[in-house]
Amino acid sequence: MSPEYFASPADPDTLSRLRDRLGLAAEAEGLLDVAYTTIDSPVGTLLLAATPKGLVRVAYDIEDHDRVLDTLALRISPRMLRAPRRLETAARELDEYFSGRRRIFDLSLDLSLSKGFRQLVQRHLPEIQYGQTRTYRQVAELAGNPKAVRAVGTACATNPLPVVVPCHRVLRADGALGGYVGGPDAKKALLNLEAAA
Amino acid sequence: MGKRMKPPFEKVVAQHGGTVLRVCRVILGIHDAEDAWSETFLAAMRAYPDLPDNANAEAWLVTIAHRKAIDVLRAGKRQPQPVGEVPEAPTGLGVPGSGDGDLWQAVGALPEKQRQAVAYHYVAGLAYAEIAEILGGTTDAARRAAADGVKNLRKNYLRATTEGTPS
Repeated sequence: MSPEYFASPADPDTLSRLRDRLGLAAEAEGLLDVAYTTIDSPVGTLLLAATPKGLVRVAYDIEDHDRVLDTLALRISPRMLRAPRRLETAARELDEYFSGRRRIFDLSLDLSLSKGFRQLVQRHLPEIQYGQTRTYRQVAELAGNPKAVRAVGTACATNPLPVVVPCHRVLRADGALGGYVGGPDAKKALLNLEAAA
Repeated sequence: MGKRMKPPFEKVVAQHGGTVLRVCRVILGIHDAEDAWSETFLAAMRAYPDLPDNANAEAWLVTIAHRKAIDVLRAGKRQPQPVGEVPEAPTGLGVPGSGDGDLWQAVGALPEKQRQAVAYHYVAGLAYAEIAEILGGTTDAARRAAADGVKNLRKNYLRATTEGTPS
């Protein structure tokens, strides 16, 4: 017998079962401040995170999911677990969206990551219908501040809920794509998807 | 980077979950270990926002696991004991069923403090000073308990395996 014996790893099946159980218990006890999961999509792996209030973050791969999670821990709460159950509806609706079977998301959203004018803009973005586009200036008008074109650009660039809050439907006045949190290819892919449906 | 960040709790579970499970198994046996693990991480998650950023997460988790295991052991002791059992002997050790049953029986037969010292030092890798804080008592006493524990394990486990081997 040697003490090294005890260094043998615990079996992964048991640990994964215990972690699932922890997620359920933490949810039941009201300790799960942020639940997250990842889903595959035509625009890459998406990170979905939700508070008890609703979906709080959708993040593209290029945003670096680990960094996004660290930021959520800092800004909302470090009581976070990978616990897919809370994200089931969001995952299903996104899947329907990407397969062309859904045009409107019907989800509770937690917009607490955005403040002030940015949040106001993000609240107005869902008014742009599926398959349509607006310019940054038009969105500024929509938000009641026609001169705040640049601020609308910032609000779109910092949208914590891309795809679900459709900042990809906002283009530059000259018809150019403009920036996108998920990169220009993702923006093009979403616009093409909506144009084809 | 400026302000220190507390990692998401998921990372704490991923990093230390296996070690805490092994500690619980040594202290409680394979069956009760899972309940102790669950209660440890649930309690840890509740307290996590108040954990100082520079704290040693593993020592903190083992301290919580220690308390949860004591709860389980006490609950077990309140139950009626089989006739003829030595009162000091720990009970309820499950056998992993991997052919190492003798070792686990030998671990289960250790006095409680030796078993804890072995688990916290050899499984969790805590320093004896940290173990002394968990168990109460001096660093030397913690070191001695771990050494005695390993000595007893070696003696009892070797005896058991020798007896089981045809000569």
